[in-house]
Amino acid sequence: MKSSNQVEIAAGIFLLLGIAALIFLAVQATDTSGIKSRETYAVNAYFTNIGGLKIRAPVAMAGVTIGRVDSIELDQETLEARVVMQIDTEYDDLPSDTSASVLTSGILGDQYVGLEPGGAPDALNDGDRILLTNSAVVLEQLIGRYLFNTEEEDE
Amino acid sequence: MTLDTSSIIKPDLPAIRLEDVRIVRSGQLVLDGFNLEVPAGKVTAIMGPSGSGKTTALKLITGQLKPDGGRVFVGDIDVCELDRGDLNAVRRHIGVLLQNGALLTDMTCFDNVALPLREHTELPDSLIEKLVLLKLQAVGLRGAAQMYPQQLSGGMVRRVATARALALDPDLMLYDEPFAGLDPISLAAVGRLIRQINRVVGITSIVITHDVAEVSKFADYACIMANGKVVACGVPDQLGSDDNEIIRQFLDGLPDGPVPFHYPAPDLETQLIGESE
Amino acid sequence: MSGEASQPWVIGAVRRLGNAGMFLLQALSGMKCSFFHAGETMRQIYYIGVRSLIIIMMSGFFVGLVMTLQTYDTLNRFGAGDSVSTVLGLSLFKELGPVLTSILFAGRAGTAVAAEIGLMRATEQIDALDLMGIDPLERIVQPRLLAGMIAVPVLTLIFNFMALLGGVVFGIGIMAIDPITFWGNMQNSIGLWEDFGTGMLKAVAFGVIASWLAVYFGWTAKPTSEGVASATTSTVIATAISVLLLDFVLSALML
Repeated sequence: MKSSNQVEIAAGIFLLLGIAALIFLAVQATDTSGIKSRETYAVNAYFTNIGGLKIRAPVAMAGVTIGRVDSIELDQETLEARVVMQIDTEYDDLPSDTSASVLTSGILGDQYVGLEPGGAPDALNDGDRILLTNSAVVLEQLIGRYLFNTEEEDE
Repeated sequence: MTLDTSSIIKPDLPAIRLEDVRIVRSGQLVLDGFNLEVPAGKVTAIMGPSGSGKTTALKLITGQLKPDGGRVFVGDIDVCELDRGDLNAVRRHIGVLLQNGALLTDMTCFDNVALPLREHTELPDSLIEKLVLLKLQAVGLRGAAQMYPQQLSGGMVRRVATARALALDPDLMLYDEPFAGLDPISLAAVGRLIRQINRVVGITSIVITHDVAEVSKFADYACIMANGKVVACGVPDQLGSDDNEIIRQFLDGLPDGPVPFHYPAPDLETQLIGESE
Repeated sequence: MSGEASQPWVIGAVRRLGNAGMFLLQALSGMKCSFFHAGETMRQIYYIGVRSLIIIMMSGFFVGLVMTLQTYDTLNRFGAGDSVSTVLGLSLFKELGPVLTSILFAGRAGTAVAAEIGLMRATEQIDALDLMGIDPLERIVQPRLLAGMIAVPVLTLIFNFMALLGGVVFGIGIMAIDPITFWGNMQNSIGLWEDFGTGMLKAVAFGVIASWLAVYFGWTAKPTSEGVASATTSTVIATAISVLLLDFVLSALML
């Protein structure tokens, strides 16, 4: 074939273009933190209600994402939600009396775990438990409470 | 069954022998009790009006069509009983020129001729190139090696296709209507080619045609078929003096005769006027 | 094909499906990639992949552009204009990319393959190969099938890339969304595997469907000009319907 070389070169370029697009899309447009082997350590916390918190939701302190929710399960004894978070080892000096809350970004946004630093001198270590927690604010409960209060005032 | 690579045509046996072949297609008998023998090392022409079963006979020889009864021998091999792999092995010994050449249109002439060599042999590229150029030289189209089939005339396409059929040095060449639609010059070129291929290399050739005038120029034998039967076989000149009705009609080109002008139909008067009375 | 008219159409359709399935199995079963056929496959990737590139890139770019324009306008009414990249990325990677690419592929390359194989049969090229002792399934069908299966995912990637480019041009270029917000929102909400990966899985499945139907309709085309014409039409219709149907099934399974 006379032009078989050119044809094969064109086909090769086409395939390379595909691979380049794959790499670009994977790196630039998607969440690759699950793939990147970042060093993390685990801390857990118990919440009475986590609302709509999901696995892989961000864990933020002062609005900066420093980790991800790794697993959520119901503790059979306390009947509370046990949330395990993976925090980047970069942030290994969080005070041991840090508190955790399930928060919502914006009114309709996704839920995430917000950490509030305490003042204790020693740091949280791998496997430690965050003792101070605030559960998610569930909109229905909030509205219910509000209606109940106004009724009382009317009487 | 393993096939040796030597010739499948034995000089002392008929090259092709069709025995009592019967073919039924959608409930209709196409061939019934069909017998044909083709001698080895000769050019045999199979003639007959359209629809007489010539192409069907060719498809039987190549194994494209399995008969519903009877046997088809190429040399001493019964092609009806071969499995796919053995059939392909036999087909390497058979070169076929289809009606319009049937070159692959997405390849140059060179690649078309090289295709069977590349597929069936382990020859190095340099040798294949030499072989292909020699085959193209034999059909007079070495200069058109890098052209595509669309750029060639019908006669040239058929010559390239002949080169392709010859690529693997077959023992048997089959030509399906090689003269249809050719101008007199191309016709003469193809006719001479068929003769040369047989004379120079001794390849048994079967030519399907209805070109009565050409046959005597290149064929050693001629068989005339009509209505799914072989009605006469012999040296072309002998056939010319045969007085069988069908042969006379065919050779003299009479529009009506044993092969009727009218396709079977109900009586004209009945159909037009109606059967009311 | 005799007696087909007397059958109810359901049985006819099921029979045709079974016929197509057996054809695919037959074509795949003999797939041995000798060096020669690898070269032929590359050639087919060029013919059906590279030649679909322009239409895929153009459509991708404008789909991205229009989608960003429309969703940005809608989202802005809720004050969520910044989320446009999330909507764009998710709908592209999960649905639009694979589905539109395979339908465009059917229109551009599928029809070409069906017509080519149909004409090869009409002009006795397939018979000629058969008579040379070369299996036409292996020589004609397999390289095209394989090339289509490779080309559709690659084209999907390129479509997605171009659509994203369209989104960037409109979102960042015209609507002046902060690039860090744009990419950040996208990265935060699109998982590499669960969104992007499953979308590519769809693209692979659609690639198999699109190239299978193209070679099947070409192979079974009646050797007349009418037969070839109806083969190309059937290729597009059948591909579009089966891709959309399969997309629904796959989406439901993956959710």
